[in-house]
Amino acid sequence: MQGLIFLVVAATSGFAAVRLVTNKNLVHAALYLVVTLMGMAIIFLLLTAEFVAWVQVLIYVGAVIVLLLFGLMLTRAQIGKTALDRQQRWVAGPVALVLFGVTAPVLWRFFDGRTISLDRQSGNTEALGTEIFTKFVLPFEVVSVLLLAALVGAVFLAKKD
Amino acid sequence: MIAEILGNGYVQLGMKLGVLMILLPATLALGWVELKIGAHMQARMGPMYPGGFHGWAQTLADGIKFVLKENIIPKNADKSVFSMVPYVTMLGAALIYVVIPAGENLVIENLEVGVFYVLAASSIGVIGVLMAGWASANKYSMMGALRAAAQLIAYELPLVLAAAAVAMMAGSLSLVDIVEGQKQIVLAGFYIPFLPFQIIGFVIFLIAATAEMTRPPFDMPVAEAELITGAFTEYTGIRFAFSLFAAEYITMIGLSAFGATMFLGGYAPLHTALEFIPGIVWLLAKTGTILFLLIWIRWTFPRLREDQLQKFAWKVLIPLSLVNIFITGALKLTPWI
Repeated sequence: MQGLIFLVVAATSGFAAVRLVTNKNLVHAALYLVVTLMGMAIIFLLLTAEFVAWVQVLIYVGAVIVLLLFGLMLTRAQIGKTALDRQQRWVAGPVALVLFGVTAPVLWRFFDGRTISLDRQSGNTEALGTEIFTKFVLPFEVVSVLLLAALVGAVFLAKKD
Repeated sequence: MIAEILGNGYVQLGMKLGVLMILLPATLALGWVELKIGAHMQARMGPMYPGGFHGWAQTLADGIKFVLKENIIPKNADKSVFSMVPYVTMLGAALIYVVIPAGENLVIENLEVGVFYVLAASSIGVIGVLMAGWASANKYSMMGALRAAAQLIAYELPLVLAAAAVAMMAGSLSLVDIVEGQKQIVLAGFYIPFLPFQIIGFVIFLIAATAEMTRPPFDMPVAEAELITGAFTEYTGIRFAFSLFAAEYITMIGLSAFGATMFLGGYAPLHTALEFIPGIVWLLAKTGTILFLLIWIRWTFPRLREDQLQKFAWKVLIPLSLVNIFITGALKLTPWI
């Protein structure tokens, strides 16, 4: 049953991901991105990583996509149907291929032949919190400083005009 | 989690169908209650004729009217996106009910991250509003959608932070654990909920929830006078009823039940002597209290201006909710709690 759900979800989000890059309409592309991200949230749920799944929904679907759509609608995507295409497939294609070529073998080597037990402990919020704030506390802090820097930069850029 | 839902059989399926079947009539009832309360606060009578007794069938008649009306899609609209909107807004609204407990074991799904889940589910609706505004090919719709998105992002943060403080009090994100945590302190037989410790959080929650539902005084996105109902200007008939009214009232009941669970003790009785009254009655009574507060707010305060609204969120509510989290941390460290 879980395998079947995985297949359906993976196929749907895969299809949405393809449509996301082939679509000429920017807003449609953003909406396909919503489908892809929701599909990933469901896959996290299947792996019993509940907290990560809902973070995915709250942050990506609820905030990042909304900001993206917001920006698109304010600036580029005129009301109604307009095709916006920068004709940069020749650059984007190789970049995506290289990224895939780097990440896929790494993931393959790491997870090949491994079985991960799906007891509820592994995706447990408490376990996750403990890991982040004990073992990974330095990377966590570095990432938050990075975000702070981005925030300060944004304020600086906005102040200029 | 998925495996559990599938494995749990007919009881849970029945509960889910039951919740769905109760939701629409509850929407109609709440609509009527709001009309009546609003009218009496303004020294009017409100609807009096449909159905006989105090116009109880007014919203039912409205509903039938909406169903019978023509379903128009504007010529320049993006048809697929346009007609998807009611589903998206309803999905975000209806998902909240999954984790609200009506008893220690009477809950559709006791998620370990229940609080977080409610916040995530209620954030899906924004996408529906943005889709509606863009697909309508109408500048008023567009304006309304942009205002709505800016507002929902701004008020999501205080809502999350207010909920975080409650989760700190209970030491858990599960709504059942949060209610059980509110049964810990008993004073002369009365169960003391988190409300007295989280009074700041509760006020922030009420304000942010009102803003999340774009209800007055935070209704700039639908401001009738300037934007002719904002993102939903081009919507007619049943689509309009579902994407605007039904979604708003279902979210309103859902967030009120969430607030009742978080601050007022949910299904926990008021007094130990009243344990014999079932939990669902307590939950409904407390939800009703918050619903009344929300309606009261709506009919009492004048509408804000767009810049005032943003300033209020970022400069008042968010710092205040951070202070609230600090206070909660201090409370947790005091030994007598």
